[in-house]
Amino acid sequence: MQSAVDLARSRQPPKMRRRAKRRAAPWLITAAVFVSLLALLPLAFIVWIAVQTGWETVSALVFRPRVGELLVNTTLLVLLTVPIAIVLSVALAWLTERSDLPGARLWAWLCVAPLAIPAFVHSYAWITMVPGLHGLWAGVLVSVIAYFPFLYLPISAALRRLDPALEDAAAALGLGPWWVFWRVVVPQLRLAICGGSLLVGLHLLAEYGLYVFIRFDTFTTAIVDQFQSTFNGPAANMLAGVLVTCCFVLLGLEVLVRGEERYARVGSGAARHQPRTSLGHATIPSLLLLVLTTLLALGVPFVTIGRWLVAGGAEVWRLDEIGLALGQTLFLALAGALLATVAAMPMAWISIRAPGPLQRLLEGCNYIVGSLPGVVIALALVTITVRIALPLYQTLFTILVAYALMFLPRALVSLRASIAQAPVELERAASSLGRRPLNALWSTTIRLSAPGAAAGMALVALGIMNELTATQMLAPNGTRTLAMAFWSYSGEIDYASAAPYAFIMVAMSLPLTWLLYVQSKRMAGR
Amino acid sequence: MTSLEIRDLHKHYGPVAALAGVDLDVASGSRTAIVGPSGCGKTTLLRLIAGFEAPDEGRIVLDGEVLANGGTAVPAHRRGIGVVAQDGALFPHLTISDNIGFGLGRGEDKRTERIIELAYIVGLDKAILKRRPHELSGGQQQRVALARAMAMKPRLMLLDEPFSALDTGLRASMRKAVAELLEAAGITTILVTHDQAEALSFAAQVAVMREGKFSQVGTPRDLYLKPKDRMIAEFLGDAIILPASISGGFANSPLGRIAVDTNDSRDVARIMLRPEQIALKRTSREGMSGTSDMLFGEVTESEFAGSTCTIAVRLLNNADPPDAAAIGNKPLILRKSGMDAPSVGEIVRLTVSGKAHVFA
Repeated sequence: MQSAVDLARSRQPPKMRRRAKRRAAPWLITAAVFVSLLALLPLAFIVWIAVQTGWETVSALVFRPRVGELLVNTTLLVLLTVPIAIVLSVALAWLTERSDLPGARLWAWLCVAPLAIPAFVHSYAWITMVPGLHGLWAGVLVSVIAYFPFLYLPISAALRRLDPALEDAAAALGLGPWWVFWRVVVPQLRLAICGGSLLVGLHLLAEYGLYVFIRFDTFTTAIVDQFQSTFNGPAANMLAGVLVTCCFVLLGLEVLVRGEERYARVGSGAARHQPRTSLGHATIPSLLLLVLTTLLALGVPFVTIGRWLVAGGAEVWRLDEIGLALGQTLFLALAGALLATVAAMPMAWISIRAPGPLQRLLEGCNYIVGSLPGVVIALALVTITVRIALPLYQTLFTILVAYALMFLPRALVSLRASIAQAPVELERAASSLGRRPLNALWSTTIRLSAPGAAAGMALVALGIMNELTATQMLAPNGTRTLAMAFWSYSGEIDYASAAPYAFIMVAMSLPLTWLLYVQSKRMAGR
Repeated sequence: MTSLEIRDLHKHYGPVAALAGVDLDVASGSRTAIVGPSGCGKTTLLRLIAGFEAPDEGRIVLDGEVLANGGTAVPAHRRGIGVVAQDGALFPHLTISDNIGFGLGRGEDKRTERIIELAYIVGLDKAILKRRPHELSGGQQQRVALARAMAMKPRLMLLDEPFSALDTGLRASMRKAVAELLEAAGITTILVTHDQAEALSFAAQVAVMREGKFSQVGTPRDLYLKPKDRMIAEFLGDAIILPASISGGFANSPLGRIAVDTNDSRDVARIMLRPEQIALKRTSREGMSGTSDMLFGEVTESEFAGSTCTIAVRLLNNADPPDAAAIGNKPLILRKSGMDAPSVGEIVRLTVSGKAHVFA
């Protein structure tokens, strides 16, 4: 699972890359390499299993009609969802950033708020409202609604940053407003669209709960099914292998489409403030689009949860049970966030203070692993622990490691941004005043990057709180997080009992989503 | 023949009046510069002429075609007016060749030939065409922006401080090159700038703008030598402003009897001299005696700055001005050639050439 902040990964300011190289402390490099190797473990395992299983079994498991069916399903889902989400997000972003739409700021926040609702809660809301909903188009509908903010965030940030002088220049060269948008604005949104599409695509590949509700089979649902029926047989592992290949195809496509181009503003001086286009007669239809989007993306979940809460009355609030789930969720979220942040620290420090080929390689490893579906990482850790270190199977340690691997990029991005703002001179001053390297680092850079680290931790915690698949597969027996409790109740069609859990998850995610919104604005503005 | 005609143009941003009644006539094929401090409304005026915004009131007419009248305006893309922005505003996602050809149709006849020709006209090397804007220097970017605007064969070219981002040396040569280029192409041009030297050297007509209005419009020479008021005088260059009484084409001032550019008679007036009208000649204290109609001073400061030298001169014998107290012992600040400048403590004789300007 990724977040919008991961988008900033490959857009490191060139200034930082050009900064004079500095030898990193060896222990820091060792730590970073160790973390990256650990991160590569799931991937290595899939390859290893494939080799061990032998080509004949592998090809028998991979080249069969069922896999083809899943491939068609998954491909169609991505090919339909991503373009619709792009068009919707560009329209919403333009309306909220560049038009005189009444209440633009409020609408901008409402366009991000759907992120606070876990995808499977979206799906739950829809299926209880329209029980017959299922299949590809249902999948496309709910996916667009659940994931379009991942595109909206970077696109609106990019729109805000565009130099209006370029649009003026195009108009002076004889282009009408629509042509200006198509030939000047859209090309400059390309980076944002590519990054956002990648995120949406990876989420589509990784999501489990959403598609189970509407009975739409993807690789992820098939892997979980397979895991539940045959535990960690080769079939599940081979499906995971195909899924990983799909992820790599998406990553590669994004690199290809994005290209090596620079869309930054050419020239010096501050960009003029952008004028907002007057909508005139189009105000009402534009407002309708936003109202409709908000109704679908926020209204449906909130109304459904509210309805079930009312229908369930006081008895669905089994406080002891809910309190336990809340406590366990918070504990896992905080512990996982802490581990991810600590693990990201050496990497973040090296990428700012001593950038070089090694750092880029390590960072690339972490990025690729971060883009793997949770189910793949969980499956790999299950296999590893069962085969090699059985005592670690379904322990707190393993689930926390899984969280750290999955959410490392989130922690990394926040940390890197804040370390970049802590001047290296302070670290040197501390060293020259007699502090040992670790102590010098602790008393300067780490202290100063604390706010960024906290933001990163919050984002990791958000991810863990709403995580379902890996938690189900790896958590110690008896663990029951909010997401798990929600899932088991709604699996028993006890929608009313599931509602309080959905409500708590949404309520706790909302402030964190705000953080994500603010941070992505800042990232894209770099 | 008048090409552009602007009448009583008004534009407000909220309570702030950016333009408060602007009138301007620009002759066909000529160059006009609009100069003023930042925030005076000159960029707003340019944006209204280009059609990026509509005026609240007033008319803009180009070659007999009404571009804006009252609240209605022809949109920018139908005006055929070229614009070169401060930093070029090149499209970062397109090559130089595509930037220049942006306004030309995709399938237009001889598109490539036209792009190469335009690049040649503005003095760009052909090899540059395949590059991207960020690979070019500031001066090259400006040339591309100019070529891009010229590709449209505009009736009018608007230059919005296009040279201000360039180095001093490059700025002067670009200015000259652009002026010649547009002259040769016969394109009417308006330059907006905050740099008075640029305005004076670029254009045949200069308009000084202040607080949303033109305070004076005229030829560069007129504006420099006969500014309407003290602010214009000081905005366009160093000025020495002195109290004087005038009669019969002469002024009695702290600098003695000076010819003025009016025949009015007034007891109290202000006259203006440009520092370059005052010449210094070395002499000594002995040389001062007995020559009451001559003016002498002592050099109190001398600051060498390479080609120029800034000298402060304290007058030693005042020719009894009407309100001598006003000037008191305030020294005259003169910028002289760095070669052979008098040093501190030397006695100099001051002579005034040309006429002083009398403020109305």
